[in-house]
Amino acid sequence: MQFSENWLRQFVNPTLNTEELSHALTMAGLEVENLQPVGTVFSKVVIGKILSTEKHPDADRLQVCKVDVGLPEPLQIVCGANNARAGLFSPCALVGAELPGMSIKAAKVRGVESFGMMCSAKELDAAAEPTGLLELPDDVTIGQDIREYLGLDDKLFTIKLTPNRSDCLSLLGIARDVAAITGAPLNTPDIQVIKPNHQATKKVIVIASEACPRYCGRLISGVNAQAKTPDWMLRCLNRSGIRSISAIVDITNYVLLELGQPMHAFDADKLQGDIIVRFAKAEEPITLLNHLDFKLAADDLVIADDNGAIALAGIMGGVSTSLSDNTTNIFLESAFFTPDTIAGKARRLGLITDSSYRFERGVDYGNTLQALERASALVLEICGGSAGAVSEIIGITPSRQAVDLRLAKLISLLGIVLSNQQVAKIFTQLGFDYTENNDVFTVMPPSYRFDIAIEEDLIEEIARLHGYEHIPAVPPQAVLNMLSAPESRLSEMTLRHQLVADGYQEVITYSFVDENWERDLLGNKNTIKLKNPISSNLSVMRSGLWGGLIDTLVHNLNRKQSRAQLFEVGSSYSRATSNTDNAYEESQRISGLFYGSFAPEQWTLATRDVDFYDVKSTVDELTQGRAEYLVASDGAQHPALHPGQSAKVFLKGKAIGWIGKLHPKWQQQYDLPKSTILFELEVAPLLNRKLPKHQELSKTLPIRRDLALIVNYDLPVQTLLNAIKMAEIPLITEVSLFDIYKGKGIDSGKKSLAFLVLMQDTHKTLVDNDADAAMAKLLDVVKIQFGAILRA
Amino acid sequence: MQNLEYLIPGAQADFVSCTTITDLENAKAKYLGKSGALTGAMKGLGKLSAEERPAAGAAINMVKQAIEEALKHRREALLNVEQDKQLASESLDVTLPARMHAQGGLHPVTMTLQRVEALFHSIGFSVATGPEIETDFYNFTALNIPENHPARAMHDTFYVDSGDGKHEQVLRTHTSPVQVHYMEDAIKNNTEFPLKIIASGRVYRVDSDATHSPMFHQVEGLWVDDHISFANLKGVVQDFLRRFFERDDLTVRFRPSFFPFTEPSAEMDMSWNDGWLEIGGCGMVHPEVLKHVGIDSEQYRGFAFGLGIERLTMLRYGVNDLRHFFNNDLRFLQQFTKWKN
Repeated sequence: MQFSENWLRQFVNPTLNTEELSHALTMAGLEVENLQPVGTVFSKVVIGKILSTEKHPDADRLQVCKVDVGLPEPLQIVCGANNARAGLFSPCALVGAELPGMSIKAAKVRGVESFGMMCSAKELDAAAEPTGLLELPDDVTIGQDIREYLGLDDKLFTIKLTPNRSDCLSLLGIARDVAAITGAPLNTPDIQVIKPNHQATKKVIVIASEACPRYCGRLISGVNAQAKTPDWMLRCLNRSGIRSISAIVDITNYVLLELGQPMHAFDADKLQGDIIVRFAKAEEPITLLNHLDFKLAADDLVIADDNGAIALAGIMGGVSTSLSDNTTNIFLESAFFTPDTIAGKARRLGLITDSSYRFERGVDYGNTLQALERASALVLEICGGSAGAVSEIIGITPSRQAVDLRLAKLISLLGIVLSNQQVAKIFTQLGFDYTENNDVFTVMPPSYRFDIAIEEDLIEEIARLHGYEHIPAVPPQAVLNMLSAPESRLSEMTLRHQLVADGYQEVITYSFVDENWERDLLGNKNTIKLKNPISSNLSVMRSGLWGGLIDTLVHNLNRKQSRAQLFEVGSSYSRATSNTDNAYEESQRISGLFYGSFAPEQWTLATRDVDFYDVKSTVDELTQGRAEYLVASDGAQHPALHPGQSAKVFLKGKAIGWIGKLHPKWQQQYDLPKSTILFELEVAPLLNRKLPKHQELSKTLPIRRDLALIVNYDLPVQTLLNAIKMAEIPLITEVSLFDIYKGKGIDSGKKSLAFLVLMQDTHKTLVDNDADAAMAKLLDVVKIQFGAILRA
Repeated sequence: MQNLEYLIPGAQADFVSCTTITDLENAKAKYLGKSGALTGAMKGLGKLSAEERPAAGAAINMVKQAIEEALKHRREALLNVEQDKQLASESLDVTLPARMHAQGGLHPVTMTLQRVEALFHSIGFSVATGPEIETDFYNFTALNIPENHPARAMHDTFYVDSGDGKHEQVLRTHTSPVQVHYMEDAIKNNTEFPLKIIASGRVYRVDSDATHSPMFHQVEGLWVDDHISFANLKGVVQDFLRRFFERDDLTVRFRPSFFPFTEPSAEMDMSWNDGWLEIGGCGMVHPEVLKHVGIDSEQYRGFAFGLGIERLTMLRYGVNDLRHFFNNDLRFLQQFTKWKN
């Protein structure tokens, strides 16, 4: 809501300067979002009259003018404008005037002295077009400051109104609040009831009386539709950002701004039969004032005549009954349409208008008739004509319910102490009718307040007028109970810190991604699409996080980074598999990318590119060493990954994610010079931790034996280790791989694995015989199950 | 028996003139070796009478000890020299850079979330979460924003295309739906009051320019109790901001505002560099919201607040452009890692 300060001060004029007024509004919840002067800042420009002009002796285009500016002697001013002529009234900048970008001094122009400058609109308003000297009417006062004449010493307020304060969508409404806040008297416009000059009326039939509880209209005949809108009105409209259309439309807009009542004027001669307020028939056609055709729905409220819909009630008039220059008889409408009826309709049709904006938030139904009287008076004054009687239909009279406010509740909810008298005073300031009994106020909200329905609404009003600034910051008092802190649950933050310790940098990428990433990298053909994405490459919800990580990598490689370790923790989205209210499911993932050298380039380490096993150690850490890595037995491969260098990650037998090298074809597509290792795991299974439990330390020392086995090349080491573990060979406490060899001395198709075997007994020190027996059992196991041969 | 004391100065001189351990061992032989002077003298003791023998033996021993002492002394000195030489050859350039691990780091938004959660945890708030693809009911209706309410225009909402025109769902426009989920569950599980949670996470609005990101982070706080007040809300928020920014002079100003799910509602401003900065919205939970989840608003009331995490992060670390957070330029992100500041 934008308006002129001067206009507001006609309704209420508190002893606050502009800044103070702005602050007061903001602190009362009418946030002043912008405050700026009207037009350009300039000084010492007065109204002048050109008395005579002569050609400049040395310049064809210049004239030497004598200008009366109200001083004893006329000024000599050299002027280059084409329309400079004797008898013209125009603004004149005096010597000493400050205009945007220039200071006016006495000067010689081509040898002729000049004591000022005649001004175009451009000099006084940067936005205007330079079209010669600004021509003023003949009835002006010579010597008057042009700022005063044009009302330029004014400020534009723009208020960011919250949807609950529809009562402030007018000058009257804002003035009412200012009066309540400051105690300054409110000057409501003096609205006279117009005596009809004739009895001609239009019959109004309100069929949809719930949607339109009040409808007032009147005929005004013999108007001059081409009358000029007065300057004062133009100024008000202009400063509220409303463009002038014609005198009658301007008047309806003026009343809209002044009183908050949207109005509409029909060309009465184009109306056929009665005015009917009803819901549209399904698919009923209408062409609106913006010349767009619409097919209406059965819940659209219309104003209709015998020919069908002529206006979309509360939103926009139709073109068939619109005013023209030839209009002589008008039917002026002022109605109340309920917010429920209008809400959402305008947005659905893409037609948010000043009218719909107000109706869907709530228009004062107590002011419908006064607004009509006000507009009628202005029409008669500006366009002439004679007014008929008012047709008023009051259907289901809108009303407010009284709301109780208990002083005790007010005090306890706000946490401040207010007296009965203070509350009463605030209600009086607000103009709310109330009664009070035993510290309970029964308040009747005024017709213009649509936001007061419950006790808390009144509490807010009291707090607002008391001043939110005056509510102290009080630490709460509460029972002190410790929060539970289960040790067997890790926090997501712990996982993040593990990755940070491993050298990974956290990133945050968008949850909506390029559909190609989903298709290519994740094989997701059934993407979750957004209806209104911000751009086409951010149009689907991600089902995995790698797209964002690769995109981040590319972004940084383009900025000359040579290595990157990135991770992200965030949701992935899928369609729900179970039948719940929410059709989608989210799974929190932790996802990483490793690219380039395994460590930063440095003098003390030979450089080497990252490989699968570097990243596997990170996944081991995240899974506390409990993960199993399986090449899916069903041959399922991840579309993003190298089929021979990737694995599904299992925890307790459940698949929780993937690890692997980015498939070379994507590496090529994303223009990555080196290979990239990726992993992604579900977060939830990673958060369980076994509580540590102490075990007796063995009093005896372990025996170590090394074992070299030759096995088939494609035998996964984990399979072998699992088999040994399953065999539960007595005394063997640990078997771990320390070398792997393939090449000279080993048949092709075979590999040599070297294991370290630790044996221990809790009670006695082992002798060689014991160890030999255990090793023989071990060898048996691997011989039988895998055909392993002891390496000579 | 000849007095052997004269040997001592000679041995001392011999030893000192040795410059290597090998020389020294050779020099030792001259005195203490098989055919050395002292060894010879010892052998001669047998020829003496029983009366003479103890005194002569003692005299030889005295000389032997003195020579051994000289030998030990010199040996140590020579060993020290050799060790020094060895150590000198092993010296490092200690100014060479240390072996480097890659430096990881948290995203600054996470750093803020972590601090926010820790501060509220310190006064007994637990953390709650909720879905980001929300139903219309939780994102709006349960928060007292019915369909067609003009307040919906305050949220530029992303809609999810259900494909069948049914089940219209949205990307949550705020973290407030988590309040509703949490309170519903609390009632279902008979959780003891007070309910004190914060919920942080990603939220979405159809808006993208220098000061708006289509995705950003909010933190939502909720305290439902039988006596909590608007003044307490101000107290908690002010306490939080003072601790978060580590500035005890910081004050909070409330301005009347409107959120359908709180009444009274306020915008929160924070004093900053002689002015006021808008940092979030808050209010007392609207009775309608409590009613939706089955909490009696006569018995309980609550306050709720929402803060923008990016905003807090920008102010805390002096970041001047929101877009940095989601560009993920490593040069930006690494400014927040431990060492590289």
